[in-house]
Amino acid sequence: MAHSGINLIFEGQNLPRLLGGLWITIRVALIAIIAGGVLGIFLGVLRTFKNRFLRFILRLYLEFFRIVPTVVLLFLFYYILPKSMNLNLPAAEVATLVFTLWMAAEASDIVRGALISVPQHQVDSGLAIGLNRSQLYYYVLIPQSLKLMLPAMMNLISRIIKTTSLLLLISVLDVINVGQQIIEANQKQYPQGAFWVYGVIFVLYFLICYPFSLLAKKLQKD
Amino acid sequence: MTELLRVEHLNKAYGEVPVLQDISFTVNTGEVQVVLGPSGSGKSTLIRCLNGLEPYQSGTIYFQGQKVDPTPKNWQLLRQKIGMVFQSYDLFPNLNIMDNITLGPIKVQKQSKATAQKEALRLLDTVGLADYTAKFPRELSGGQKQRIAIVRALALHPDFMLFDEVTASLDPEMVRGVLEIMANLAKQKMTMIVVTHEMNFAQQIADNVLFLDDGHILESTPGKDFFTNPQTDRAKEFLQSMDF
Repeated sequence: MAHSGINLIFEGQNLPRLLGGLWITIRVALIAIIAGGVLGIFLGVLRTFKNRFLRFILRLYLEFFRIVPTVVLLFLFYYILPKSMNLNLPAAEVATLVFTLWMAAEASDIVRGALISVPQHQVDSGLAIGLNRSQLYYYVLIPQSLKLMLPAMMNLISRIIKTTSLLLLISVLDVINVGQQIIEANQKQYPQGAFWVYGVIFVLYFLICYPFSLLAKKLQKD
Repeated sequence: MTELLRVEHLNKAYGEVPVLQDISFTVNTGEVQVVLGPSGSGKSTLIRCLNGLEPYQSGTIYFQGQKVDPTPKNWQLLRQKIGMVFQSYDLFPNLNIMDNITLGPIKVQKQSKATAQKEALRLLDTVGLADYTAKFPRELSGGQKQRIAIVRALALHPDFMLFDEVTASLDPEMVRGVLEIMANLAKQKMTMIVVTHEMNFAQQIADNVLFLDDGHILESTPGKDFFTNPQTDRAKEFLQSMDF
């Protein structure tokens, strides 16, 4: 085992560095999922309103984030924000912003879909006891639609987590970027290093995403 | 008798199709109006207009002598005074029975939780379901759900109740319990408008019958007369077709 590539992982600061990268990845994903989720619920509610103009604008927003590839979004924000808006954000924050807006856009569609599939009768009986519109959403429609939206949300969350693997393209020191640095720095000594490093990254991503996949499956059954 | 509700020349259409045409009638305090008529005659639409769940194109509704300005905000305030029970009960499946009943009193009328729950228990007791507070709607039978739905409406202490074919989707053996509750309410002089296909029940509680056909009120006849001596041929045919 003297020259086995796995030693690369445990050499020097390699493992802590990988985990540090993983933490960056998780932090971007977690903030995006929470902030984007909350924003997405809010936008999803707005998208069920009758106001045509509002619906058009929100639809435009959704389609923009859905159609434009995430890589392009990352570059767009990373290179254009500082130039045209004089806004200099660290790469990780640009990434968090892009992922939050993306999460919010896609979540808003899931929320809207779930809300409009709550039967009209529920709306009527909520109104009939005198609830105003925000009470109707808060006590009746949103709680009932949560269950309907959970499987799709879990799917979206694992997509968000997996797509953080693009962060290295705007030089965020995420787990993939750190992995590549380790591979390159040890090319001579560990020609097989890539296999092991990516193997570990695979396991790490799997450990984060699999619980969501399980949860989605369980929720679909209930 | 004091006038509680007056409807004048109400018109409603879905697009080009008229559903209600020139509807005018009055309901006095303590009176039971039964709305009868064939399917599609506009009965449900009519009572949904009376608490603002359906918009109407023209006409005026007066409630307690006040002209109703049909804005969403106004209707939202009025709905606390106008209870409504629907055919499909529509309890909130995410809330238990107690929360279903107290949601309106606590959130809309800002009653304290204790007051609202005490009143809910008292009302539940009158319909024989006081032990069901912690259960969820899915654990109840249709008849039980409908009794809870009536309690939910009554918990706001409305001046006036609308019943939209509340027994139409119940098993026959469940119907009786629900009708008894409504008959009791009528005895206590609750003002009500009842849309129903239960002819015996209608005859028993109706102070007055509005007979609707094709969006028009064909006749408005005191309850004691309508069933024995309807004024129009259309109403006669209807009563015959109901095998009554």
